[in-house]
Order: sequence, then structure tokens, then C-alpha cells
Amino acid sequence: MSAATETTMREPVPAGDDDKGAMRALASALTGNLRQSGIFLAFAAIVLIFSLAHDQFLSPSNLTNIVLQYSYILILAIGMLIVIVAGHIDLSVGSVVALTGAVAATLVIREGQPWWVGVLAALAVGFLVGAWHGFWVARVGIPAFIVTLAGLLIFRGLTFLTLSSISLSPFGGTYYQIANGFQNGLFGGYGVDVFTLVVFGAAVAVYAWTAWRSRRARQRYQQQVEAFWWFVAKIVVVAAVVMWFAYQLASSRGLPNVLVLLGVLIVIYTLVTQRSVFGRHVYAIGGNLNAAQLSGVKVKKVNFWIFVNMGVLSSVAGIVFSSRMNGAQPSAGNSFELDAIAACFVGGAAVTGGVGRVTGAMIGGLIMAVMSNGMQLLGVETAWQQVVKGMVLLLAVAFDVFNKRRAEAAR
Amino acid sequence: MTDNILEMRSITKTFPGVKALQDVSLTVRRGEIHAICGENGAGKSTLMKVLSGVYPHGTYDGEIHFDGAEVQFGSINDSEARGIVIIHQELALVPFLSAAENIFLGNERRGAGGLIDWNRTNAEAAELMARVGLNEKPVTPVSQLGVGKQQLIEIAKALSKEVKLLILDEPTAALNDNDSEHLLELLRQLKAQGITSIMISHKLNEIAEIADRTTIIRDGRTIETLDMSQPEATQDRMIRSMVGRDLEHRYPERTPNVGEELLRVEGWTVHHPTQPGRVVVDNASFTVNAGEVVGIAGLMGAGRTELAMSLFGRSYGRNITGQVFKHGQEIQVHTVSDAIDHGIAYATEDRKRYGLNLIEDIRKNITAASLGKVSRRGWVNSNEEMKVAEEYRGNLNIKAPTVMALAGKLSGGNQQKVVLSKWIFTDADVLILDEPTRGIDVGAKYEIYTIINRMVAAGKAVVVISSELPELLGICDRVYTLAFGRITGVLPVADATQERLMELMTMEKETAR
Repeated sequence: MSAATETTMREPVPAGDDDKGAMRALASALTGNLRQSGIFLAFAAIVLIFSLAHDQFLSPSNLTNIVLQYSYILILAIGMLIVIVAGHIDLSVGSVVALTGAVAATLVIREGQPWWVGVLAALAVGFLVGAWHGFWVARVGIPAFIVTLAGLLIFRGLTFLTLSSISLSPFGGTYYQIANGFQNGLFGGYGVDVFTLVVFGAAVAVYAWTAWRSRRARQRYQQQVEAFWWFVAKIVVVAAVVMWFAYQLASSRGLPNVLVLLGVLIVIYTLVTQRSVFGRHVYAIGGNLNAAQLSGVKVKKVNFWIFVNMGVLSSVAGIVFSSRMNGAQPSAGNSFELDAIAACFVGGAAVTGGVGRVTGAMIGGLIMAVMSNGMQLLGVETAWQQVVKGMVLLLAVAFDVFNKRRAEAAR
Repeated sequence: MTDNILEMRSITKTFPGVKALQDVSLTVRRGEIHAICGENGAGKSTLMKVLSGVYPHGTYDGEIHFDGAEVQFGSINDSEARGIVIIHQELALVPFLSAAENIFLGNERRGAGGLIDWNRTNAEAAELMARVGLNEKPVTPVSQLGVGKQQLIEIAKALSKEVKLLILDEPTAALNDNDSEHLLELLRQLKAQGITSIMISHKLNEIAEIADRTTIIRDGRTIETLDMSQPEATQDRMIRSMVGRDLEHRYPERTPNVGEELLRVEGWTVHHPTQPGRVVVDNASFTVNAGEVVGIAGLMGAGRTELAMSLFGRSYGRNITGQVFKHGQEIQVHTVSDAIDHGIAYATEDRKRYGLNLIEDIRKNITAASLGKVSRRGWVNSNEEMKVAEEYRGNLNIKAPTVMALAGKLSGGNQQKVVLSKWIFTDADVLILDEPTRGIDVGAKYEIYTIINRMVAAGKAVVVISSELPELLGICDRVYTLAFGRITGVLPVADATQERLMELMTMEKETAR
């Protein structure tokens, strides 16, 4: 295609005006979607601040640690994002994490069943819990706040009953490896795990290739695309950051299993929310319930499956958490629901529903994770850590509100 | 020399990139009813926001003189303190508080120790309510009152603030004919008491009936101020000034080409969803043919919307009985998706609440009811979707930079075009349009009519529910009348007049037989 059309075509996300020159493309890409880019910039700034404040913050072992420590919150945040976009809330996920972990521990540790029996049983329990919530929310029509508040109590109680109020440990074996194991050594290496680098390299290649394909598809349908240099620059930056991160992991202990799991879940759920009919219906319900209903969306069915999905993801988080703890405790997962909810709101989800992205929730969760980890490294008291995290949540949403107002005023 | 209560001189208000008002002047005489009309987006509301201090002094250029002195309002409180009260289209009442509490909200009648003096509150409220002709108890929660009465509460609230200049934004848009008439009568009484009113309205009949003078605004400029007692102040003249072009006809020409029967409804009866035993639609039967525009006329509460929504996948009511035939075959329509599958579409009267997802873009709204057509195995092809949306944006002339613009940011007319796009894209052959031109300016109305004509020319059938009888007479082939849940008549448009329709629309049960 010719150079002339190249420069006039770009991302149509901000209500478009004609584009002259590279700086304006950059500026509009940043400001046009301020909420999205703002969150990435905030994340980068926080990482930068902690890396300056503590020399071990970006060390390979600490980065590995962050991934392992907060993976289950991120898994919960994926499901929670869908729940929140549809205009609901789920307060029970912490209790469900505990219950599913307890069920797995009872079977594997107390009954001596193989690890996969524990995993399948936990997933089944998660499914049933989700169906229970879905039934009350979708069929009976009770607000999710009430249903899941009841769930928080019910499933915590059932956890205590399952475990007879004592902790069970250790899992050991394969179950323990789920959250504590690494994929490495397959291709050998000299202090740096080649396998990890290969996996990340492949992921970056796939990312670049799909981005290129979708760009080509957009051009075929004669839609605007961003300038070519901008497109390339974006991919180069993403690739550089990801490969740097991969190098850090590779020079520590390799690729954590949970990171693979998390990566797969993020890809799947990004597609589900952005590309599937089900995902579209979730946004339609959250955006305007009445309009969705009158457009033929089967609201009850969609709501039911949203909660089933949340239940199943809670059980995945429960498996990861119990594996990482190498056992099950009656009080496991306390207040996880609040961390997951906070991740979604920091990541740009709207309290009123209809708005939010999986990637946003992940960055939101990572911001909270990096803040906790960084403050721990710096030896900040737990009390102050809570205060700071609370302020971050408040300011993130306040920033959002401020932005919206500015956009309104500019109209 | 005439006594002007308000002079707005050379008001210019700029938003980033847009000149919303340009050198607008408005002069209102003491004690008159002054109408302001113009297309949606012409700048009427912006002008009123400047006047009432929503946009504070300093954010616009120009001068405002009120009651003999220059005023510089910093907020809406400042303008209210001077006696300027604005009543918005969306009423600002608290539903669970009583009429009296709403009237004195923010302006409570206090007694000893700063506590609310309930006796005084209710007594004064009763007085004010009597003054606006509202025969209700002051302790009644406003949620129990109809829209018309709520409007009166708003006016009573304004009177409690010792209003000198009352501004009403589209006061009758949501009112039925009776309530509208009552409201206009009230405005005349207030005028007799010396209260000046500014009324923003689309309803030209209403303006002709009540206004002393009318200022017309177009594209952020004042076009002219007409003295309504002069013979040149005709509706055609007003329309011409509003749209800036000659509208030879308010309704586009169409050669009727009626084909075979498409939809037949027999013995349709619907009960109220929460009040058992109350029949909302009573044994209604009607037919719609291919290539035909059929009107349904009826007063508020006649059951028009209820009839349409119950047909559309039983979205309203309970204990629904009756039969629906499509091409002569009986069909079962139990859910909205059944209705869509059978080619029936329903565009609601309230597009913001029931028709659109305002926080999503145009594209996603257009495909919302037939996502299956742009997806395969549950996955949406967003490029195909974009292509479809762009086609509709072009064909229906939706004014937006791209289809990625949010539906909530469009004007009423363009929102309605998005709703129509959504339903046309479902491939429906029976389209039920409930008040398709409500709150839409004259130019966009014409476009909507043109779209309707294109649909029937393509062999589809369109059912139009409307409160505006001239509109039904202008665009329909046949008009059914509905009164108290019953179909009381059907007239070919050639035989129909407004008087004849109104007669049928008010026909009571005994005489209907």
C-alpha cells in the first residue's frame, strides 16, 4: 500500500480526526485511551520506583516470587472481572478457595487418593458452588451481593466441617508441584534455562504474528489501522519487556507451572470476553439489562454460567493455593475476594457494570501485588501496607472518575 | 418602551472544537410566555444552562441582564436566588419522599431548634399544590403519582422559591394530551399572576397555542423571534427557520404497494403483570400486510405499548392468550429470541432505557440482536461486524465519526437510527416501532420516515405506534385505534381525520360493542 494511505490510517478508537505526523499519533494513542494506557504507565512507574528503592526488587528470584505469590489472586480476578462486568459481585470466592482446597486435601492427604482425584473433586465442588450461586441469582433473582455474602458464610462453615477445624498437610508429590514446580532443563543451558527462553520467544512470536494478521484483516475490511512504525514499535517494546522478564525467570529457577496456567487462562478469557458471543452478552447485560433482554439475550442463562465460571475458577485458585501452602487450613483464602475485587476496579472495571477488561484486571492485580511485595522488601509495617493499598484503590478509581468528568466537559 | 425581564446579549459559548452558541441574543418581556424551538443540538439547552448558571460566568462571552441589572451567576444557586428556576426534562424528584418533602427539598421549612416544622411544611405544600391545580395529599409519595402530576410538583417547587422566570425544558414530552392541556392551562394562569415563562418545545401546535413570542435557534445562532399574534408566524415558517430549508412536505411521498397478509393477531388478551384480574389488552385482533405501514393510535394507557411488548416474545404481562399467524401459519412466540427468529422486531418508545447500551459503541449496538449473523461457532468476527455497522451508518445516515463512537454520545435522532439499524439487521419483516420519532427534531424525523418507506418498499411490514396523529395520518396506509385495551376501529388513511381518530380513541366499552 502507498505511503499516503499509511499515514492517514490509524486506530479508530478515539473518535477520529485527521492525523498529521508522528507526534500526534503518539499523543492520541496515549490520551485517546487514557484509562487503558494510564494503568500501564502507573504500573511501569510503580515498578520503577521500587526497583530504585530496593536493589533486589527486580532480581530473578523476587520476580519469580511475585508470580508464585499472587497467581491465585489473578486467577480469581479473571472470573471476578466477568462477574463485575455483568453488574454483579462475588463475595464468596475466598471461602470457595478454602473449601475446594479442603476437599482436595481430604481426598489426597487423609484418604490417600492420587493427586488428580483431588484436583477433579475440587473442580467439581467449584462447579457445584457456582451452580448454587447461579441458581439463586439467575433463577430466583436475588441480588448477587446477598447470595454470595451468604455463600461466604456457608462455604467457610463447610470448610471447617470438612477439615474438622484442623489443618491438613503435607500434600507432597505431584499435587505439591502444581504451584511449586518449574518447567526447566529440557534444553539445558549455562546458568540460564533455555527452555524458558524458547517458550517465551514462541509466545512473543505468536503475539506478533496474530497482531500482524489482525492488522491485515482490518486493512482487508478497509478499516483504519495505526501507522506502521507505531505498530512495529509497540510489538518491539512488548517483546523487549517480555523477553527481559523471561531472562530473569530463566536465570532463576525457570518457568513456574502456575505462570503457564495463568498465561493460558489469560489468553482464553481475553478471547472469551472480547471475541465470543457469550462475552458480548455479558457486556450487554452489564451495560443495559433491559436493552439486552429486549434484544433476545438469554439473560438468566448467561448469568447462571457467569457464576458457574466463577465457581470453577475459584476452585482452580483453591487448588493452586492449597498446593502452594502444601496443605489445607480452615481459614485459608480469607479476604481473597476483596483482593480480586480491588484488582478489577484498579484495572478500570466500572462499579455499575458494562465496562472492564481482563488485561486491565490483570494489571490491576499486578499493581496490588507489586505494591505488597515491594513494601515487604522495604520492611514497611503490615499496618501501613494496608493503608497504602487502600489509598491506591481509592486513587485509581478517583482518577477514573476525574477522567470521565474531563471527557464529559470536553463534549 | 417594553419592559424586558431578561436580555441575553451576544452569548458565545465554546467547547473544545465546537462553537455551541455563537452570538446568541434572547430578549424576554416581563409576563410573557416565550417559546424557544430548534432542532436537537441547536443549542437550546446550552443557552438555558448559561442562563441558569450551570455554566458559570466567565466560561462564556456576552452579557446577561435580568430584572434591570447585569447578572453574573457562578452556580445554579445564584440564579435561583434571583428567581430563575429551570425544570428539566428528566424530573429531579426523589420518588420515596412525599410531595411536600420534595417541594421543600433543600429549602426546608424549619421550626424551633432547626428541626423541620411538619405542620407548616404540609400546610404550605397544600397551598402550593392547590395553586398548580394538583388535587393530592401533601404526604403522598411522588412515586405514586403519574408523570403529569410529578411535573406539577416540580412547578409547585419552583413557586415555593418565589420564581420570577420559570424555564421549562420540553415540559410536555412525556405527558399525554390531558395532562399537557392541564399544564398549558397552568402556564396561562401563572402568566396572569405575573410569572414569566420560557418554554423549550418541539411541539409546534403547542407553541402556537400558548406562546406570545417564539425564538428560533439553529446551529448555535438565533434565527429570528416571531410574534405569535402576527399572521406570518405559521408552523411552516417555524419549520423553515428551524431546519434552514424548505420542507415542502413533512412526510416523504410514497406510492402504496400493499401485498399479501404478513402478520395476523387474533383474540390477543393480556393481563397486568402485578395486578391480577386487570386486563390491559382485551381481545385485540388485527392484520398487517406486506408493504404496508399500519398505525396504532391510542391515548396514554390505552395499552399500545403493552400490546406490542406482549406480542414481542411476551416481554410484558401475564396470562396472555390469543393466536399469532405469520403468512397464515400459526406461530408460537414465547421469548424475545422466538420473536426475532420469526422475523418480528420491536423498537421501544424509550430508547435510552430499553433500546440501547449507551456505554457501548454503535457497532455493538447494531449487532446486539443478531450477533449470530456476524459470528461462527460462538466467536464474533469483529471485522465482518465492523463492515456491517459501517454499511448501516452509511445507509441510514447515522451522524458519527466512526461506528466506534459510543451510542450515549449521539443525538436522539441518530440514536433512533442505531436502534432501527439493529432491527433491520435482524432481517425482520414485521417491524413494530413504538413512538419512533419521540424527542427527535424535524429533520431527523423526515429521515426516519424515509427509512420506514424504504422498508415497506422492500416488502416488509411496519407497525407504527404514535401519539402524534398528524404523523400517523402522514405515513400510514391504515390506522387502528385502541381505547382502554380494545381495538375500537380501523380506518384507511384516506378516510381518517384527526377528529375521527380521536373519537374512536376515546370510545368507551359499552359503545365499542
